[in-house]
Amino acid sequence: MLDDFMVRAFLAGAGLALAAGPLGCFVVWRRMAYFGDAVSHAALLGVALSLGFSLSPIVGVLLVAVLVGYCMARFSGALYAVDTLLGVVAHVSLAVGLVAVSKLSGVRFDLNSYLFGDILAITHSGLLIVWAGALVTFALLMWRWVPLLTSTLNPDLAAAKGYDVDREQLVLMMSLAVLVAVAIKLVGALLITAILIIPAATARVFSKTPEQMAVIAVVIGVLSVGSGLLLSLYADTPSGPSIVVAAGALFLMANALAARWVARPKH
Amino acid sequence: MDKPLISMHDVCLHYGSDVVLHDINFAVQKGEIVTILGPNGSGKSTFLRILIGALKPTAGKLNQQPSLRIGYVPQRLSIDANLPLTVNRFLSLAARGQMHSMAQSMSHSMSHSKAQAMSHWVEQVGIQTLLSAQMSQLSGGQLQRVMLTHALLANPDILILDEATQGLDQQGEAAFYRLIEQVRKDQGCAVVLVSHDLHVVMSASDRVICLNGHVCCEGAPTIVSAAPEYRALFGLGTEGALALYRHDHDHSHDHTHTHEHAHDHSHDNHGS
Repeated sequence: MLDDFMVRAFLAGAGLALAAGPLGCFVVWRRMAYFGDAVSHAALLGVALSLGFSLSPIVGVLLVAVLVGYCMARFSGALYAVDTLLGVVAHVSLAVGLVAVSKLSGVRFDLNSYLFGDILAITHSGLLIVWAGALVTFALLMWRWVPLLTSTLNPDLAAAKGYDVDREQLVLMMSLAVLVAVAIKLVGALLITAILIIPAATARVFSKTPEQMAVIAVVIGVLSVGSGLLLSLYADTPSGPSIVVAAGALFLMANALAARWVARPKH
Repeated sequence: MDKPLISMHDVCLHYGSDVVLHDINFAVQKGEIVTILGPNGSGKSTFLRILIGALKPTAGKLNQQPSLRIGYVPQRLSIDANLPLTVNRFLSLAARGQMHSMAQSMSHSMSHSKAQAMSHWVEQVGIQTLLSAQMSQLSGGQLQRVMLTHALLANPDILILDEATQGLDQQGEAAFYRLIEQVRKDQGCAVVLVSHDLHVVMSASDRVICLNGHVCCEGAPTIVSAAPEYRALFGLGTEGALALYRHDHDHSHDHTHTHEHAHDHSHDNHGS
């Protein structure tokens, strides 16, 4: 069964959805969408650096993600607003990465697969890596769930309870770095934030508690992967973007439903 | 004397060249009620944030007793519209026992004692009807009571409240103070509360501290015991929960607000 590339692609996407669900919730709650973008765009620079040094791309991506996190912690707020600085970091590093890649001679490099993902080309060992990364991210978030949630609600309240707010933020950034490293070959650097935010935003419609939102985000993520892959199979569309299209469609449907619930008086 | 629960020695806080707090020496003992007051911009919230350990002072030392349980009630809890949170879930985040992981906290097979503690405090504070409401739908007063319940559920050694009665009318304020006093009596916890008013304090306060960048004056509240005089000041229905504080400054600041309080001496404008 695992010899079928569609099955492998679906399993890889499901693994991604498992991690992206809860992490995406935090990205939405903590308004980190720009940060997610910065890390995913900069990831391309990480890939270029890895290939230049003949290392696995994951190494470069992780290094760059850590660097972005550090730069933001160190330099934001002083002269530029956070989103301005993130915009600069995201797009400059993407551009530098693209320039660096163009200079890589003698290295076989499929730029498209890094920009838009190539989930259908996932191998058996690739699948293992995706699930390893997804499970690490998932486990990290589950382990620190209450401190993360509390510091999201009110950092001072978290500090009063003895939580180390900075350390929890670090956990979140590391989870994001791992997820980006895993997702870049599945949905591509340009669409990672979409896969984080859209299922979580869709789940919001149906949730009364944060845990419900995280669980439903995973379900929506898996549905998006499944329907996106089917779309790409039958309509011959690129798979990564098709998954995001499916996620977008689910988001629209959920909100249309919500609008009707509100409009209809309860009896 | 016992070691204080929390103490500050020569604490200063600067933001760049802006001196927000300086020369702060403060200690709170077990079971004490301390009221902190001061004008807007006086550094009260900054003081509180240092006290709870959320902010590190630029200079000086903060000492907290090891494994001190702090029940903190912030001034506001701005919950993102995208974060769905029922009152019940918010309260269950407070239950004792350091449940960090989602698995632990989701097992609503809360132990019998935790469930009992929850219903005890919910009843005491009076928020039974709010349990399934979304936190974002609560009114200011309702939110304050929910946050107080949350703080109490942690079985705190010390309750720290930041302008918790802002937005409440005088009766509401008095009721809140009576509740705090009852909690102190039943649980023996200390209370540090920042008041939004410069003159009216909780009558059960053991100490009042006037803060404006540094400690301007310190003393006990003036209990108005004679009933007609009390009623003249605070009206009916506050049942002795309120008191006055008479400031006693030996210096002046560059105030832009008017002084309304009485002095028993004159100000020499030596501006120290």
